Amino acid sequence: MPQATQHFDLPVVVDQSKCIEGCRVCVEVCPLDALAINPDTRKAYMARDECWYCTPCQVDCPANAVTVNIPYLLR
Amino acid sequence: MEIITEILVIGGGSAGSVAAIKAKEAMPDRTVLLLEKANIRRSGAITMGMDGLNNAVMPGHAEPEDYVKEITLANDGIVNQRALLRYAQNSAAMVSELDSWGVKFQKTSTGEFDMKKVHHNGRYVLPMPEGYDLKKILCRKIRRVGVRVENRIMATRLILDAGRIAGAMGFNTRTGEFVIIRAKAVILACGACGRLGLPASGYLYGTYEMPTNAGDGYSMAFHAGAELSNIECFQINPLIKDYNGPACAYVAGPFGGHTVNAQGHRFIQCDYWSGQMMMEFYRELHSGKGPVYLKMNHLADETISEIERIMHTTERPSRGLFHANRGKSYRHDMVEMHISEIGLCSGHSASGVWINENGETTVPGLYAAGDMASIPHNYLLGAFTFGKICAQHAVEYVKTVSEPKIDPAQVEAERDRVLRPLSQPDGYPHHQVEYKLRRMVNDYLQPPKLTTRMEIGLEHFIRAKADLDQMGARNPHDLMRAMEAHFIRDCAEMAARASLNRTESRWGLYHYRVEYPVSDNANWFVHQNLRRTPDGNMEFIKRPVAPYVVPLEKDDRESYSRLRIDESSTITQAV
Repeated sequence: MPQATQHFDLPVVVDQSKCIEGCRVCVEVCPLDALAINPDTRKAYMARDECWYCTPCQVDCPANAVTVNIPYLLR
Repeated sequence: MEIITEILVIGGGSAGSVAAIKAKEAMPDRTVLLLEKANIRRSGAITMGMDGLNNAVMPGHAEPEDYVKEITLANDGIVNQRALLRYAQNSAAMVSELDSWGVKFQKTSTGEFDMKKVHHNGRYVLPMPEGYDLKKILCRKIRRVGVRVENRIMATRLILDAGRIAGAMGFNTRTGEFVIIRAKAVILACGACGRLGLPASGYLYGTYEMPTNAGDGYSMAFHAGAELSNIECFQINPLIKDYNGPACAYVAGPFGGHTVNAQGHRFIQCDYWSGQMMMEFYRELHSGKGPVYLKMNHLADETISEIERIMHTTERPSRGLFHANRGKSYRHDMVEMHISEIGLCSGHSASGVWINENGETTVPGLYAAGDMASIPHNYLLGAFTFGKICAQHAVEYVKTVSEPKIDPAQVEAERDRVLRPLSQPDGYPHHQVEYKLRRMVNDYLQPPKLTTRMEIGLEHFIRAKADLDQMGARNPHDLMRAMEAHFIRDCAEMAARASLNRTESRWGLYHYRVEYPVSDNANWFVHQNLRRTPDGNMEFIKRPVAPYVVPLEKDDRESYSRLRIDESSTITQAV
């Protein structure tokens, strides 16, 4: 199947300068499993646009690196 | 991967957590396995805790019989009162137990639980202004009693041994490994079918319910041959428009907030969610007086600060951010409301897997609790309480049965079905299939329910089976979403067939049929149960409503049928 690449405004933003290498807290608490660790930087990022804007990733982050925005379609 | 356990609990949300804790406490030497497709630290409908209990039956504030009466009326009489009474008699003990685990409830200066009135008749709301720690407390308790927890495993089908339960199958959503679990008893606690209708925003995961709750339990119970009840009684809720979360009138109500139309006038007497209330809400939205708002801007500044403190730290804390983005404040602006997409959830309405007062389904060894079980208006405390009731009964049941046998044919068939999308990575992607399926649910099943429209919808849902077979997944995560589309399709077909089969209107907007606009008590004062026949079709059974243990008076019956405020009344109009 041919593939297309689209640009999305993603609700969860991880501040790469604050994110702790090797920490997986936000990835583990996300109920939708929408976050992942970048194997090159070992830091978290939003890998899938599947968000309930429920905020555990933000609240449980030990480094205050995660911000949950309201998904664009609802904002 | 193969696991053997005495009791398997599927779903680590509210009902499942308590079920696992209570089962393990009762049999510390045996294995109790809690299976969760997310992570129990933040899974289920209440990732960020809850702002209060909606239905606590506390001594001195309400009698169990009063509660049974209230819910019988709110659910148009179609209830199993013995099960409601079982809940009502056990809910106060559950509150005390949660209190002892460290859950913080609002108390008066004398240390009593601080009960508030939101329902028509009784006083059942217990605020939890510091309810944000609920998941942490449950999680700590699960670890402390020694429940075995397996996160990131999604169950897809139950295993049967000669008609009784033998376990479940599923896969790891991170590795794709197929998992077989043998268990003497299974407690299903998989939550609502929250991804049935498509939110008006078009965002697949912008649902009222936690979107991981895709009807997993409804679908698994159906394929195991269990009866499901009153699926036509949809869940439709009054929500903050676009944000699609609760506004939340139960929090604001005791502080003086209320629902009004665009003219600022109240039009309903009571903000308690029921089908009758939703019908009035729908009528107002579609009249010249819409839209509908939650009004708090007449309240004192410090009162609003208190409401904000609760609403912006528990349940759906991002509500505050949503309003701030649009420059809205409870102090100056009313909150625009609309009605949600449809879902299945007995926690708020009545559609669920049929259980009796012990939490037993119609399949021996299979139990269900929480939003997916058939006890109407059960909410959070109902999930906790019936989780406990299921555990108590399952612990006794497993003592009476031998080890079940795992049928290799069932296992191989499911392994093939579940792993197929990985073998065809160029197949239809899950998000396109799901979007189309749920858009059809909106187009054809959203009340008012029209016969022809629902028949066309049913054709689409049957045709969608072919699309599901052609889905592709490129990693285990996408496989999870693909298999959830199967749950959603099963629920859509059940919702269409059940709605077509009940040829009357009942539960206000939840089952409003245009061709049959009134209730037909002569033919339909029954639970409409459905189940899978051995050849894979769906059949319906009318289960009579068991004789009431709490009789209703004539005056009682009128409280929910007269919800609309008389327009000539000026006393109740907002300032």
